[in-house]
This record gives sequence, structure tokens and C-alpha cells, in this order.
Amino acid sequence: MAPEKNSSDLVLLDFWVSPFGQRVRIALAEKSLPYEYVEEDLAGKSDRLLQSNPVHKKTPVLLHGGKPVNESLIIVQYLEEAFPDTPSLLPADPYARAQARFWADYVDKKVYDCGARLWKLKGEPQAQARAEMLEILKTLETELGDKEFFGGEHGFGFVDAAFAPFTSWFQSYEKLGEFKVAEVAPKIAAWADRVGKRESVAKSLYSPDKVYDFIGVLKKKYGIE
Amino acid sequence: MAGGDDLKLLGAWPSPFVVRVKLALSFKGLSFENVEEDLGNKSELLVSSNPVQKKVPVLLHNGKPICESMVIVQYIDEAFAGTGPSLLSSDPHERAVARFWAAYVDDKLVTSWVQSFRGKTEEDKSEGTKQMFAALQTLEGALRECSKGEGYFGGESVGLVDVSLGGLLSWLNATEEMSGTKIFDPVKTPLLAAWAERLRELDGAKLAFPDKDRMVEFIQKRQAQAAAAAAAAASEK
Repeated sequence: MAPEKNSSDLVLLDFWVSPFGQRVRIALAEKSLPYEYVEEDLAGKSDRLLQSNPVHKKTPVLLHGGKPVNESLIIVQYLEEAFPDTPSLLPADPYARAQARFWADYVDKKVYDCGARLWKLKGEPQAQARAEMLEILKTLETELGDKEFFGGEHGFGFVDAAFAPFTSWFQSYEKLGEFKVAEVAPKIAAWADRVGKRESVAKSLYSPDKVYDFIGVLKKKYGIE
Repeated sequence: MAGGDDLKLLGAWPSPFVVRVKLALSFKGLSFENVEEDLGNKSELLVSSNPVQKKVPVLLHNGKPICESMVIVQYIDEAFAGTGPSLLSSDPHERAVARFWAAYVDDKLVTSWVQSFRGKTEEDKSEGTKQMFAALQTLEGALRECSKGEGYFGGESVGLVDVSLGGLLSWLNATEEMSGTKIFDPVKTPLLAAWAERLRELDGAKLAFPDKDRMVEFIQKRQAQAAAAAAAAASEK
């Protein structure tokens, strides 16, 4: 048989609760691509991880036939391009692709860092993070509008995959920031319910309680509270 | 160029992010209308085209806006795939590597260089400078890997990373002039130093890059404004 690269050559170095890793897991599931999942101990990173991502030393890392691809959204785009015969997350039209990239980039730049400030900080800086988180949710609410998914006509798409992992962090953000996503951004809350039921998402995410517990562990580690 | 393609770039001449878009358009041989924005008094068109960030650059293609410099650059490459050179390889892994380094320029180099300028304390600033040189060292390695013995991150011809880093060149050169310290040091980062020279000679770069003296003047004015603001704030205490 020709020594072609096939999808059994896929290995994902990941960390269970990482929303960035979950994006990749969602994409792999949407594409029905089999892969080997490897749980990394972030306190004791494997040689394979350090060699595959020497610049950032972070998960997720996708290894395809041993060749590493780094950065979650770059990995998802790689899967789109390396496996063009699988269901796509990005539309074909360049303008629609640009809009998808813009919004995935927005989620990437804003959500995790703002959320982290919610649990790391207190007082005025925390209040600022809270205000920013509301702003972010409202902006995404406007973008989603009445669409079923951010992908619009395309269906579940790139931005949905980028943002879906954060839905299991909503409960934590709500507790820390004392707000309700359903009140601040009802369409986003409804979208979160919808994507949560989607198989690729349901099997990639952990429960909001587990995420909240994880934040508790992080807080202890950083000596917060 | 396809008939009826109207390209309008809302920009500001000093912005490295705007320069990136100009580089991409020029390298692909695309003509466009350059609209100079006054960032202190943003136009209605800019604000309505980029309501989320209200920033330049914004590319309007037949009136439809695209925002964020590297999103715009990839859009240009895809929408005008038949025109001029490709900015990305056709190989998925090479594309992923190019995207990685293009993002690295923003995450590490831009961030540290901004800190070296705008850091609140002298300590902050010198930490920024240190990290900037570390990032350049890493990019030297990236260039060695990506160029495969040719002259650009894109190999034989310019690609995504050349555009991403190229956008910053004028700022970095102006900083060199002002501080007297070489940023693209031919001893520490010989490949990058040669690359910078090579890029500057390209027609596309000559069209896109702001004039160096004008750049120095602009930065000096900015620094004077920042110093005056800081002095005013200090005297109010």
C-alpha cells in the first residue's frame, strides 16, 4: 500500500480542560477524524511536547505523521486544508472566510484573558474585567444575531468551534462576575445550549462544575483568595 | 485585475498594520484608493466599517469591509488568487508554519517593542527591549528554517511572514536611528539583517513604506507628546 499520510497518523498533545485544545477536539470530531489523544501534565511537560512546540511550549499540539502544528486556530485551519474531503468549518467564499477569521480572532484575543482577570483580580481591576466581559458577550450577541450558528448559512463553523469551549466557563464567569449570560446576552445563552447538545461539542467539553473546580485549583496555585 | 474590483484602504501612513496591507496589495500588483484617516477624528466610514475595534486598517472591497491586518492580508491572497504571486504555499503544513510565525510577530515582537516604548517605568521599558531582542533571535531561526536557503520567509518570493514582519520595518528602522542601537544586527541576526535590506529594495516595499525621516519625526513628536502628558499628570498631583 502506498505510504500515504492518513488520519491514523494524528496525535493530539492536549490538556483536559483547555478550551484551546477542545477547539481541536471539536474540529476532529466534526470531521470524524480518528486520532490518539495524549494528556500532558503541564507541570511536567513531555519531551515530545517541548520538542514539538519549542517556541511556546504549550498545548494543544497536533502531530500529523510526526510533524507538529501549533496554536489551536492554526491547527483547525490545518485540518481544513489537510483533509479537504471532510466536512468543512470554513465557508468557500473568501469574504465569508475573512469574517469568520475576524470573529475567531476576536474570541481568541478577548475571552480567555478577560475571564482569567475575573478570577485572578479583586476590587476595581476585577470590576473592570467584569465590565469588559459583558461588553465582549454583547458584541458577540450582536454578531450572532438571529443566526442558529455563527457560521450562518454554512451551519456550525469556525467561530462556533472557536467559542464553544468557553460555554462551559460561562457558569464560572457568572459566579465570579455576578451576572447571568442569559440576561446580558440571551441569544448567546441560547446558542450555548444549542452547541452544547451537538455531539462534537458534548463529547469534548467538561461540565461547568468541573471547570469551576479547576479554577479553584488555579487560584490556590497562584495564592489567590 | 477582474473588472469592477474597487479596493479602498482606510489607513494611517505610520501604522505598521496599514503598511502590511499596502505591502500585500503592492506585491500582488493590485491598485487601490488610499484613504488617509485622522485617527484623532475618525471618519464615519471607518467607524461604520469597523464598529468593533474602530481601528485602521480597514480594506473595503466593492464597499464590503474587512478588518484586522492579517485577516485582510489572507483575504487579499484568497480573493485575488489568480493575480500576482501567492503569499501562502499550497502545502498545508507550510501554510500552518507561516501562520504560526505571522502570529508570533504580533504576539511577541510587536508586544515587546511597544513595551520598550510605552513601558511605565524604565525597568518595564528595558524588559521590553530585552524581550524584543529575544524575539528577533527566534525569528532569525524561523527565517533560516522557512527560507530554505532562499531570501524570504516565503522562500523564493515574499509570503505571509514577510508581510507581517515587513510592516514593522519602518518603525524598527526609525527606532534604530533614534537609539543608535542596531535592531537588525548583522552580527547577531545576519539573516534578518540581509532580509531587511532585500525587502526594502522591492518595488512593493518602496510603495508601501513610509519615508524614514518622516517616521523618525513622527515618533519623536509622539514621544514629546507622551512626555508632556506625563509631566502634566505629575504636576497635577
